[in-house]
Amino acid sequence: MKSASDTGISVVRSAAVKVAGVSKTYSVRAGDDVVALDRVDLDVAPGSFVAVVGPSGCGKSTLLSLLAGLIPLTTGRLTIDGEDVHRPHPKAGVVFQSDLLLDWRSVLDNVLLPVEIKKLDRKAYVARAQDLLAQVGLQGFDDKFPYELSGGMRQRVAICRALIQEPGLLLMDEPFGALDALTREQMIMDLQTMWLRLRNTVLFITHGIDEAVFLADRVIVMSPRPGRVDLDLTIDIPRPRNWSSVHENANFQHYVRQVREIFEAKGVLVTH
Amino acid sequence: MAEPKQNLGAPVKRKRAKKRREPSTLLETYGSLGLAIIVLVLWQIAVPLLGLSEFVLPTPWAIARRMVTSAPLLATNGWYTLLEVVAGFGAAVLTGVPLALAIFYSRVFERAVYPLLVGLQTIPKISLAPLLVLYLGYGWGPKIGLAFLISFFPIVISTVVGLQSLDKALVNMVRSMGSSEWQTFFKVRLPAAMPSIFGGLKVAISLAVIGAIIGEYIAAERGLGYLQLQANQQFDTTLNFATVVSISLLGVLLYFAISLLEGKVSYRKESAK
Repeated sequence: MKSASDTGISVVRSAAVKVAGVSKTYSVRAGDDVVALDRVDLDVAPGSFVAVVGPSGCGKSTLLSLLAGLIPLTTGRLTIDGEDVHRPHPKAGVVFQSDLLLDWRSVLDNVLLPVEIKKLDRKAYVARAQDLLAQVGLQGFDDKFPYELSGGMRQRVAICRALIQEPGLLLMDEPFGALDALTREQMIMDLQTMWLRLRNTVLFITHGIDEAVFLADRVIVMSPRPGRVDLDLTIDIPRPRNWSSVHENANFQHYVRQVREIFEAKGVLVTH
Repeated sequence: MAEPKQNLGAPVKRKRAKKRREPSTLLETYGSLGLAIIVLVLWQIAVPLLGLSEFVLPTPWAIARRMVTSAPLLATNGWYTLLEVVAGFGAAVLTGVPLALAIFYSRVFERAVYPLLVGLQTIPKISLAPLLVLYLGYGWGPKIGLAFLISFFPIVISTVVGLQSLDKALVNMVRSMGSSEWQTFFKVRLPAAMPSIFGGLKVAISLAVIGAIIGEYIAAERGLGYLQLQANQQFDTTLNFATVVSISLLGVLLYFAISLLEGKVSYRKESAK
């Protein structure tokens, strides 16, 4: 695909992701290698929401770091819209496990950080930043500082920061892992609402089976040591989905059970 | 870091948003001032009561009066001391911060220079004063040199510690946006290290005053340290005390200046309390 320089505020062009035979080996010491990912294949269609679920140590965060261009891969090929990922790709935005807001910047300045880093015209993005903040229920919070916000609000700001440049690919690394149950539930539903509007490609890393099934079009189940894809599950539940009623949905229960069965078979979950 | 709060709709209420004037808060606010006044009054009363002569212990009031009458003398000498402190401290900042950056960014510096520096820190800088006089003479040299030496280490160490204590996830976060190391330094590393750096600067500026005064004790023809020695030799204890007060005023003034600068360029760590 052509890399048309889309620096302006345009409609989201969702990106395609191709992971082909990707392995990642960390050398702890000489001759003492840890295989974090073992020949992983994954094709993500533009505009789809893919959740990667697995226990800790299954390499799902490694997969995200590779896609974010933060670490080099050992073997295989990894592309975003056909372009090899060697360094952070301009079409990708990342939301991390903790909000990682800069304490010395106001909410607005935190959201505009990627714009500054990419040396774009800040003024052109202020309105968009305010619009994003309003969408997550933070209108009028521009001049507040991170310490004035609750954990859930901080993560909302982090999501706005990742979305300021309308990334074709949104990478989310257990973004709600550090939040309490109620806030998490709210964030999951808000993320769905937001995504239904944006329709960009999302790769959502989590260890929560229910949130993966709720949010995603496809759930990729991974097992640990070495990290491998065990199951590729297409979720066929109409949207918008409702968190409280979806739990009574027979399909939902069926999907969740399928994922759990994999974990039980692999000894990740032990039933007594 | 992000403490889970269920407070979705409203910002977290800041503590101490409205201060109630309870006796306990009054005592907290004005306690130190009150204590200082009590001590000064007791001092003022005790001197005549114990029949102490002014050569032994002048009253606070006498010292205050002397500070007014000898103001030009104190100001002229204070000015020289101030210049020595600022020059020594300034030199320490201009060399200490770059050295700290070298230690942070270069493995060679971290392995070779840093341990040596920490080792050298055990030398009492004051014991170098006579040597500095020997090498640098009787002029500005030894005073500035001592102020420099004594304030150098806290600046280097606080800067290195400030840079090293950064959460690496923050670096990954800006790197994922395509940040260069240059941008990472100015957008994340430096601002994040500011509270630590200023902690070091505040320690350093107080030490720099001590350095300059010691330099003046050893050999000088001007400065507050020199003036104090003169007063001592002439048994002018009131002037002696007036000099001590002037020196601490100088220290407070400089500390305040650093705090003011900190308010402009650094951020407050709100999570600390």
